Amino acid sequence: MAARTVVLEHGKRDFWVQSYLPEIARGMAVTIRHMFRFLTKQDEAVFTIRYPEERIQYPERYRGLHRLMLREDGQVRCVACMCCSTICPAECIHIQAAEHDEPGLEKYPRVFVIDELRCIVCGLCVEACPCDAIRMDSGVHCEPYTDRNRAFLDRNTLMKLGTQSAARQGGENSY
Amino acid sequence: MFILTESLISLIKILAILFGFVMALGALLTLTERKWAAFVQNRYGPMRAEVMGYRFGGLFHLVADTMKMMIKEDFIPEKASKGLHTLAPGLGFFPAMVIFAIIPFMDQWCPGVSLPVDGRDLCFGFETVDALNAAEATAVATFEATRNYFQIANLNAGLLYIFAITGISVYGTALAGWSSNSKFSLLGGLRASAQMISYEVSMGLSLAGLLMIYGTIDVNEMVREQGTLLFGAIPNWGIFTQPLAFLLFLTAAIAESKRAPFDMPEAESELVAGYFTEYSAMKFGIFMIGEFIMIVFIGAIVSTLFLGGWQVPWLYSDGFHFTSSSMMAASSSGAFTVGELQAYVAGGAPDVSLPYWLVAFLRVGAFITKILLMIAVQLQIRWTLPRFRYDQIMNLGWKILLPLSLANLFITAVVLLLVS
Repeated sequence: MAARTVVLEHGKRDFWVQSYLPEIARGMAVTIRHMFRFLTKQDEAVFTIRYPEERIQYPERYRGLHRLMLREDGQVRCVACMCCSTICPAECIHIQAAEHDEPGLEKYPRVFVIDELRCIVCGLCVEACPCDAIRMDSGVHCEPYTDRNRAFLDRNTLMKLGTQSAARQGGENSY
Repeated sequence: MFILTESLISLIKILAILFGFVMALGALLTLTERKWAAFVQNRYGPMRAEVMGYRFGGLFHLVADTMKMMIKEDFIPEKASKGLHTLAPGLGFFPAMVIFAIIPFMDQWCPGVSLPVDGRDLCFGFETVDALNAAEATAVATFEATRNYFQIANLNAGLLYIFAITGISVYGTALAGWSSNSKFSLLGGLRASAQMISYEVSMGLSLAGLLMIYGTIDVNEMVREQGTLLFGAIPNWGIFTQPLAFLLFLTAAIAESKRAPFDMPEAESELVAGYFTEYSAMKFGIFMIGEFIMIVFIGAIVSTLFLGGWQVPWLYSDGFHFTSSSMMAASSSGAFTVGELQAYVAGGAPDVSLPYWLVAFLRVGAFITKILLMIAVQLQIRWTLPRFRYDQIMNLGWKILLPLSLANLFITAVVLLLVS
């Protein structure tokens, strides 16, 4: 069966269209209309959001700055399993694991640094985390850093954004 | 003493026109254009610069931009031709400024009594009109010399001066492109030369029709001729007698100003910034403000030649005349008797009588309004039309504008021959 051919009807280009002048006039009518709409009904016409003063509601799954979630006792929820730093395509998560003093806890991240300038905001670390310790739902922007060193967010900074997770922490109460 | 006063008047004229009007408008246009673009595109435009909490709709961006230009590093590429690289912005800016020398903002000032004769204001001496002695009524009225207060230089080669200056304005651009020693700049400079030379041809030819109609190239005389009434009712403006030439000249002039839709020399999407790619700080600023002053100039020259210059429709030196029949008729010898003038003044001829100073004020106001209107048209065109391709620009210049302006010239000549 032969392919079906659809011939699209284009507007006919008569002399006036080809002479370009009426089309210029029509184009200018459009821009002038937009301009007068702006000057008379500014609120309707403008799409600009004056950012620092006005903000839009971000979507629920908007990925902002990372945060580290907390245990019930306020300690870091992360168990330093290295899943996030392994999957991170930008290799921006740096974790040093250490043994915890408490017998019930095996490991914890002694150092947990994220380089926000390298982060590509893909969210794979959040997907990879087995115990809901790292999230990107803080709703906070990465600020414009003037000094590169300030873009390395350490454990304490990340934990300041964190809250208690609703998920049950692994261990004896988890069954 | 005479030379001293004359130089003082010239100096005041130069300061008032160039710095009080042209430079001020050019500087204001840098902001206006960005605001205009924003309004057309439904956004606010620059508005955040503030002093003590006041913003005035972004007016302080003028100061902020200027300060940025002053403070920035003035960078000259290592292998650039340093002298020419420094000279080029000046060469680009200079023609844009000196070209205003022949723009008349009002008719020559008449210290005596100015009366319209068949659409042209003539300047008579005081005593001829005020003389009440009937015995002198048959004496020939004396003409009073007019003073050139509203035009920097009253050159009788006015239009040729314009062509000469627009001709040399390509040097700044071409030199900037060549001396930067950068491929982008060189391409931009070459494109500028080609484009400006191409469009200068049709620009000049489209005005030749006007020269034939008005029979003079003195710019102020051309404006005075536009005050005469066509068929005794319509002002004899260039746009009515030469509508095609108006469109051709406007197109060619916008192409001369190197702005979108004819921004091939700049071409930010292809050539970074074209001929001023290698310029920074105030040298770049001078190119930029030269471009904006070109806009003001195009507004001024189009309104001078086609929109009646300082003429207000039907307004003459003693008030409004809606038909040419209420004015004195021109005499074949060019001379008038005192009695004729007295009869005219006593007859209360103008439909609306106005004092001469108010007429002068209205005329300057009308001219500035026309300039602003033409600037608005240019900005609107710049933010409406997409850019041409380079070959389309050459096609338009050589294959459309040039034949059309030749045809316009031919038809004008034939019509003038048949009429006279």
